[in-house]
Amino acid sequence: MGRTKRSGEKGRTEGHAASGALAAEVHSPAHSATPTAPRPATPGTPERKPSGFSMLLLHLHPRAVPAEALAFPRTFGLGGIAVVLFLLLAVTGSLLLFGYEPSPERAYASVREITDQAPFGAFVRNVHHWAANGFLLVAFLHLLRVFYTGAHHPPRRANWIVGLALLLLVVASNFTGYLLPWDQLAYWAVTIATGMLEYVPLLGGTLLRAARGGAEVGSKTLALFFVMHVAILPILLFALTAFHFWLVRKGGGVILPRAKGEDSPRRTLVPTSPNLVAREGPVALLTLASVLIIAAVIEAPLLAQANPGMSPNPAKAPWYFMGFQELLLHLHPAFAVLVVPLLAAALLLVLPYLRYAETPSGAYFHSRTGARSALAAAAAALVLTPSYVLADETIRRTPPWVPALPQVLRNGLIPVLIACAIIAALYLAARRLLRASRLEAVQAVFTFAMVAFVVLTVTGSLFRGQGMALAWPWMMAAAH
Amino acid sequence: MSDEPLVEQPDRRRFLSRAWKILGVAAAAEFLGVVAAYLWPRKGAGEAGGSIVEAGPVGEFTPASVTPFPQGRFYLVRLTDGGFLALSSKCSHLGCTVPWNEKDKTFPCPCHASVFDMRGNVLSPPAPRALDLFPITIESGVVKVNTGRRIQRERFEDSQVAYL
Repeated sequence: MGRTKRSGEKGRTEGHAASGALAAEVHSPAHSATPTAPRPATPGTPERKPSGFSMLLLHLHPRAVPAEALAFPRTFGLGGIAVVLFLLLAVTGSLLLFGYEPSPERAYASVREITDQAPFGAFVRNVHHWAANGFLLVAFLHLLRVFYTGAHHPPRRANWIVGLALLLLVVASNFTGYLLPWDQLAYWAVTIATGMLEYVPLLGGTLLRAARGGAEVGSKTLALFFVMHVAILPILLFALTAFHFWLVRKGGGVILPRAKGEDSPRRTLVPTSPNLVAREGPVALLTLASVLIIAAVIEAPLLAQANPGMSPNPAKAPWYFMGFQELLLHLHPAFAVLVVPLLAAALLLVLPYLRYAETPSGAYFHSRTGARSALAAAAAALVLTPSYVLADETIRRTPPWVPALPQVLRNGLIPVLIACAIIAALYLAARRLLRASRLEAVQAVFTFAMVAFVVLTVTGSLFRGQGMALAWPWMMAAAH
Repeated sequence: MSDEPLVEQPDRRRFLSRAWKILGVAAAAEFLGVVAAYLWPRKGAGEAGGSIVEAGPVGEFTPASVTPFPQGRFYLVRLTDGGFLALSSKCSHLGCTVPWNEKDKTFPCPCHASVFDMRGNVLSPPAPRALDLFPITIESGVVKVNTGRRIQRERFEDSQVAYL
């Protein structure tokens, strides 16, 4: 109904929203762009009234979207893919709930029963596992897309913050789900990851007990993680996602590149249905197909039942925490667990509040200079991070020429200050050598931090073997 | 009328609106308090609870030996001079269980590569301090370990060793 009659767009910018990113948006004030023409009906057929269900779905979108917003590389459909994965997780998660029993005595056996006895049980679990990992990956890529198109600045600033909260929820959902199979992998990953909390000054002990529901990972921990995973986090995710969508429309939809000196360009609007819908559908179906194929081919890991007396070697946190575990190998725990993550969180939170002389252009990397600076920063991180890992490995093993300093200095303050100095140097180099604007230089710093984090994650996940010693992935595969 | 300044809110209305707000905040705080108190980790909740473990007669443990007690989650170490130490098998770094490596005479942590010597001292970081101890009593030639009381320490000291 709203499609033909409700032309009163109230003079407000009416974006479109939906999957956060699949959708496009109208950048210009609606008065210059309000679609007044009725949707072109298929010639010869009288316009049909859509069903209530499709009306609900269409309601997530505006009636019309700018033609430019439809281009796939504008968003890569990442927000929409995340939504599809979320729905898939809800469905498979509900199915798993019918078989799973959340107690240390029964958890592992019930998962075994699901995978070994229930028809398609292993498949359902695989889908849940791979969709969950994909969800995290896609959410992270979505964050990168938003950042590099400058969509974290006003009027979309609030949505950046909501997006960060959503990312936190996705990580928490993944992590709480990690424990539930109660196998060796789960038990030790959660022991390590919650053990990190103990290094928080003053509150450490309390936080650790709160996270585990006691001193050790046990039945209370399982109960806590279970209720978080199946009730509290999904509800919060759902509510915040709705808020996220709404803010996409409030912010004017997907950010679009502006030509020079153009303030609020006039956009050619096209009807959402079929133009946008016809693009969202295939992306959703391709996502679904990809997850199903991966789940059919690659089994989700399930090791032996948890054994508190024996840590596997190597014992690793979930892959998305491996960057931190890698840091823990090099840095004093208080720095690896508290200082560095807080600095990273502060960076992410502060980004949309930095003010620049220019407004983001909406194009990827803002400009050619921006792209060049980001590339240089990425290259620097690709060289410096592995160098640091390798150098620290030698210093740690054979320390005679290293002055005997307290751990807090040697493995804490000094490396962190050096890292800060490198970042400052990078910022200045981008400004002076590449003539980057402040916006572009900040983008370079962000790129450096992100690439360093990814390198650490990859190092920890793939290049650490027995006793967490550095090793080539193919050597480890051969050793098994 | 029109030349009067904007009329201030009547005092009564302002008072009531403030009272509502204060009551609302107080009620929200109470709810939060109830939830926090309910969820706050209780001492002893969900813990196996330590107890006195009878390790065995002194003669069973040869000097310079390390005997694992997986149930009690500790290692009974007999030093070369005949003294006993009960080392927690929980890495002081992030709580992984450390295995005993007989060849190197070390406890290498599989999680973050910390290494401890036979006395529990840190040979290689990132572990920040020596392995925790459990108190030992030797009664009529039998070694007993109290796994209910965990002793944190910076490093090994002679006073920590229990002798017959």
